[in-house]
Amino acid sequence: MINLVPRKEIPLRLTLMTTGIAVALTLVAGAGIFAILGYDPLAALYQFFIAPVSRGYQIADLFVKACPLIIIASGLVFSYRANVWNIGAEGQMIFGALFSGYVALYWGGMPAPLLLPVMILAGMLGGLVWAMIPAILKTRFNTNEILVSLMLTYVAALFIDWTVRGPWRDPMSFGFPLTPMYPDAGLISKVDLPGVGRLAQLHWGVVGALLLAVVAWFVLRHTMVGFQVKVMGDAPRAGRFAGFRPALVTILVLSISGGAAGLAGMVEVSANIGQLQPNISFGYGFTAIIVAFLARLNPMAVIIAGLVVALAEMGGDAAQIAMGIPKVVTGVFKGILLFMLLAGETFNRYHVEFRLPGAAARAAAKEGSGA
Amino acid sequence: MNGSPSPPEPALSTPLLAASGIFKHFGDFTANDDVSFQIEEGEIHALLGENGAGKSTFVKMVYGLLQPDAGSLEWRGEQIAIRSPQHARDLGIGMVFQHFSLFQALTVAENIALALPGDESLEDLAARVRQMSTDYGIGVDPDARIHNLSVGEQQRVEIVRCLLQDPSLLIMDEPTSVLTPQETTQLFEVLRRFSENGVAILFISHKLEEIRSLTRRATVLRRGRNVGTVDSASKSSKQLAEMMVGGSVGDIDRQARPDSEPDILFEVRGLDRPPTTAFATPLRGLSFAARAGEILGIAGIAGNGQDELMEALTGEWTGRGRDVIRIDGRDVTADGPARRRQCGIGFVPEERNGHAAVPGMTLADNALLTSHSLGGTVGRGVIDSAACREMAAAVSRDFDVRLPQDNPMASALSGGNLQKFVVGREISKRPKVFIVSQPTWGVDVGAALFIRRAMLELAEAGSAVVMISQDLEEIFAISHRVAVLHDGVISTPMVTAEVTAETVGLLMGGSMPLDGAPDMDKGEAGDTA
Repeated sequence: MINLVPRKEIPLRLTLMTTGIAVALTLVAGAGIFAILGYDPLAALYQFFIAPVSRGYQIADLFVKACPLIIIASGLVFSYRANVWNIGAEGQMIFGALFSGYVALYWGGMPAPLLLPVMILAGMLGGLVWAMIPAILKTRFNTNEILVSLMLTYVAALFIDWTVRGPWRDPMSFGFPLTPMYPDAGLISKVDLPGVGRLAQLHWGVVGALLLAVVAWFVLRHTMVGFQVKVMGDAPRAGRFAGFRPALVTILVLSISGGAAGLAGMVEVSANIGQLQPNISFGYGFTAIIVAFLARLNPMAVIIAGLVVALAEMGGDAAQIAMGIPKVVTGVFKGILLFMLLAGETFNRYHVEFRLPGAAARAAAKEGSGA
Repeated sequence: MNGSPSPPEPALSTPLLAASGIFKHFGDFTANDDVSFQIEEGEIHALLGENGAGKSTFVKMVYGLLQPDAGSLEWRGEQIAIRSPQHARDLGIGMVFQHFSLFQALTVAENIALALPGDESLEDLAARVRQMSTDYGIGVDPDARIHNLSVGEQQRVEIVRCLLQDPSLLIMDEPTSVLTPQETTQLFEVLRRFSENGVAILFISHKLEEIRSLTRRATVLRRGRNVGTVDSASKSSKQLAEMMVGGSVGDIDRQARPDSEPDILFEVRGLDRPPTTAFATPLRGLSFAARAGEILGIAGIAGNGQDELMEALTGEWTGRGRDVIRIDGRDVTADGPARRRQCGIGFVPEERNGHAAVPGMTLADNALLTSHSLGGTVGRGVIDSAACREMAAAVSRDFDVRLPQDNPMASALSGGNLQKFVVGREISKRPKVFIVSQPTWGVDVGAALFIRRAMLELAEAGSAVVMISQDLEEIFAISHRVAVLHDGVISTPMVTAEVTAETVGLLMGGSMPLDGAPDMDKGEAGDTA
């Protein structure tokens, strides 16, 4: 007999342990898959997790890759803590890129120091606007935010495709679906420290992302906004009793997570691409969901989780180049990781008891006769 | 009592059921710890104990729902293992649960047919039900549909269903918790008739007066252990309570309500609330007022609008109109809970877990839950966690909340301790008005006493207390005035000292027009003028 007994408290040590075991089991399962596919498992794991960071500049790249994941996941944490399931960060990211792109392309003439700040605000606004659709539909008509936010992602992807092929296309692009390049004032510059010089592709957006995660942690942990979010997620009835309004909290967390995703879209384009194109994201909005859960919905841990997941992404490229392992294996890896994490969550919440039928009775009988 | 009480000596004949040395563990928790117990044929035997003392666990083993980890059961002198409820029924053990399992849309006869083996025709069955109904004076109409029956009537259907299987032992789990005093009296008459016909009844309760009036012997469980089988009638309620608790139980004295008419601190005038779901009770034209220095009890059977009323009072639901709800003269009809608290009101809803408190959060966070709008805990949106922790510690100290560790999660506290915390959290703010629903539901005797004292002290200090309670003993123990909520309508409040439990019981059952109630007693309603 196996009994699951709910734990009254979840010690931090246990959470760290189950997370570690989940990652380890993911590696074991991954090695098994490589072996089945006919690759040397150890060499493949090396390509996946060590080769991508074996040189200094690659570590900078790792941070660049993790940047959008950290920004988006920092926002998603609020949503998931409140039990609001925003699955559409990918679409919100695209709209952040679109809004900020509009500012860069059509209002680029404004005083140079203003352009980036306005683009940042526009990016956040774009993601927020796109997240408001599921927010309003949920609070007004009680629709399911998972479905609505997910489906809107495809709408957003098609919309940006249309804009860059149609109205916003650069007439000089020789028919390629690209907008003109952003003006220089609209680009996020690389980190270039006096005395140190440039750190490969490391840009100021990465620094912003790290700061954002810290701010998110503070807000969630130490402010009334965070308290409301946590209470509504844990015990909505107690939240109403406290005087919090469920609809407002839903709108709030979708604003935060949408705004963060929009910001990520703006940063990604302004720092790495420099113009809008049909694909600006490569699934960051979805991958960030895994990051948020790997971090156990703690924004501080999102930084580490973002780096780990970014490493797996880069490893997928490295393994493909070095060993010809198909890139889709990266997706399998991510899936296994999420599965292991969720399974680990069961062990966090419940204490497992193994009992042979009758064994307990015998033990008790012994106790009883002794008494 | 039926006849004179006989001594609690075991009879010479073999007992109907004898349990010895029963153990049952759930994880680290020992629910039954060496429980031994005997019941004679035709005996009405009480199983008494606080919530969590192991009563339900024990009877579930007798009914085959659980298997003991150790110990033996003897049925008519033969050692047996009761494998399943079906096996129990075959042996002649029937059980009426606290929560009924009846199909609302079907008739009484149809419901009973579903539970019986064989393919007796509905007509034959209906005839048997009618026969039994007249034999025992149960009053069950086989053709009635369940949803038209009162809770007491539904319970009788459950009893008839058990009886048709001709049991020699009938187990009843807290049968009176859903009944009015009148229904309880009727139930007891029926049970006594069964007993005369040789059916033994194992009656589980924690209501001491009932046990003393109905049963011959009582077995008392405390923390899973049998602390003795006693002659029920020879012990006072207080002695039984002390056996249950394992220590001395104090008394509380309600002070007489002041003769003058102090200020009205809380007033509800014409509160209407349409039903929000198909199962909600609409509130219709509720009006009452609570004055400084008094506890106003609102009695009623569960499901008569208590939840809806509490939500309307806390502000979790807000209606339209003006001056429907006033705190110390201030109109709060349109305000939510946070704003109402700012006016000096404290609330404790019925459900501790997930409504009054967040189980997965610390006591400091739970202190913040109802004080964030009052200042001192939050500055510019940033939580002062030291202040919250201090507040939680002060409440725990002043209200005798026993903590397993410093600032634990709410879920780590026992029911009684958590209830003391959520009550203390509000009372320590010295609210002008304190509104509480089922303040001692599912709480051990010691904690219940503590909570009731705290409410009386608050009232003596000049606050107004509104207490919604299903527990008539509680209403009569501490409330100065009592109003009855029935089917979403409230009676005019009556002075508790001047009404009888029968009057209140009739109102609870809806057998009297609510506004006609005060005339039945010579007691004057406090606010009719």
